[in-house]
Amino acid sequence: MSVEIEFTDDHGSAGGFATEEMTLNMGPQHPSTHGVLRFVVKADGEVMRRAVPDVGYLHRSIEKIAEKVGWHGFMPYTDRVDYVAAMTCNQAWAMAAESLGGVEVPRRAEYCRVIAAELGRICSHLLAFGAMGMDIGAFTPFTHAIREREMINDLLEELCGARLTFNYLRIGGVAWDLPPDYAHKVLRFLDRFIPLVDEFDDLLSNNKIYIERLADVAVISPEMAIAYNLVGPNLRASGVDYDLRRDRPYSVYPDFDFTVPVGKGTWGSVGDCWERYIVRLHEMRESAKIVRQALEGLPGGPVIAKVRRNFKPPAGEVHIRVETPRGDQSWYVVSDGSERPYRVHIRTGSFSAMSIIESLSNGLMIADLVALIASLDVVAPEVDR
Amino acid sequence: MAGAAECGGGSVALVELSRVERDMEIAAIRRLLHDKLGAAVGVVEEGPHYESIRIDDDAVERAAMLLRDTPELRFDCLSNLSGCDYPGRGAIDIVYDLYSYEFDRSLVLRVSTRRGDPLVDSVERVWPAANWLEREVFDLLGVRFRGHSDLRRILLPEDWVGHPLRKDYVEPEQYHGISTVRESMLGIRSGS
Repeated sequence: MSVEIEFTDDHGSAGGFATEEMTLNMGPQHPSTHGVLRFVVKADGEVMRRAVPDVGYLHRSIEKIAEKVGWHGFMPYTDRVDYVAAMTCNQAWAMAAESLGGVEVPRRAEYCRVIAAELGRICSHLLAFGAMGMDIGAFTPFTHAIREREMINDLLEELCGARLTFNYLRIGGVAWDLPPDYAHKVLRFLDRFIPLVDEFDDLLSNNKIYIERLADVAVISPEMAIAYNLVGPNLRASGVDYDLRRDRPYSVYPDFDFTVPVGKGTWGSVGDCWERYIVRLHEMRESAKIVRQALEGLPGGPVIAKVRRNFKPPAGEVHIRVETPRGDQSWYVVSDGSERPYRVHIRTGSFSAMSIIESLSNGLMIADLVALIASLDVVAPEVDR
Repeated sequence: MAGAAECGGGSVALVELSRVERDMEIAAIRRLLHDKLGAAVGVVEEGPHYESIRIDDDAVERAAMLLRDTPELRFDCLSNLSGCDYPGRGAIDIVYDLYSYEFDRSLVLRVSTRRGDPLVDSVERVWPAANWLEREVFDLLGVRFRGHSDLRRILLPEDWVGHPLRKDYVEPEQYHGISTVRESMLGIRSGS
């Protein structure tokens, strides 16, 4: 990376090799770009000078749709904002509507939401873990991760009938109570799953090739992370100890005991690709802890409050921040008192993560761009909405 | 609804406490900005869920700089930047959701710009996160940002006509010969 290359305009001039910058197109169809997105790369051989993301291929005008479908009707669309972690998007929308309408959510419903959201977080991090290995060239971990993810999908399917776009939450609570014997099934899965996370560690995290590819690559300082509004695991990997579930608690998160993993610079520097990877692996263990506590402390009572079919929250606006697997998702929702939202704006974790790539790209190898995208856990539809 | 009653108590108290703290702070922050920027800083606007400070469209960058660099404030993070169209009063509002990691404090700024010629100071040089957020507002609402380094569409194609989140936006019938209307299988024409 420290090779000095002189740029000349005339080809093959005297005094050694003349080099020329290449403009390469990467995407929009590329297996490593985590959805349909495109990069225009200016490269000097294998070294990038600039990688400019071109997003919008998956823009489905979800915010515009919100203005047309009504408060209850928008819930299934929130699944599609980030379909790798739909539960937390459901949660953000429910919280926004409840906050505007002054709806009080029953305690049991909040517990159901937390159980579903944390299972969803494990699901999302498993995909991030597997895809990251695959992007670096290790195919096997992906199959292990997907096998476990299937089991959580089974559990979530039993809960709400869907495996990806759940539409489980409702304004005022959740659609269905936990099915019979659910706690037992989830606990049995967690008992099996936690030792497997240690196995993932052995399989991938401390693999020499893997470390060489990721340690000290694309280091993001805490100041830069905050300036670009990186959120969630990406922010914590840069050493900023911040998690909305603990620091700006919502729902019933204060009831649970969990730790927030932060980047330590184990093999390279704080804020490198390896730290972003390992923070997610640790978070799976913490989410499992939360699910266990929620199942053990599950209160009785109803799972949904009485909310009018024709829900019309009074005029006003809210900012809602929810810790999704891709970090602080910020929702700005305006109501004009009618049966439809006046404006919904969603600033997602992937949006912030994509916007930082251009400024990190100078000097990275082309192959490291793939590692960087994977380590930021970018989900393209979440960028485009 | 025994469950619902249980959950009320604790959370309500929490909300009220933070509301009192916030009220004191936002008035002090407004005073500080007003001392430096004068009449460009408007009043603190009360809303049912939070308060915001109104700023003139050509003073946003200076206000942002002050908010970020004043040692007692340190709003180091632009958490969100949203636009909203209000044709009734001929304005587009830009709402800045700021956050300070150092003091765990939020602040909302609000700027109104004329709908006919929407132009607001860019805050990209204060918070790099604003680069993409402002591009999005430009793309979907047509607001231009003075001093932005790379103001072009981000989500829609370059040759798209119009700004869909404007309330008076009419969807074109087609885009490059591709119909934007889908015939309903029930024989009902789709769209509003």
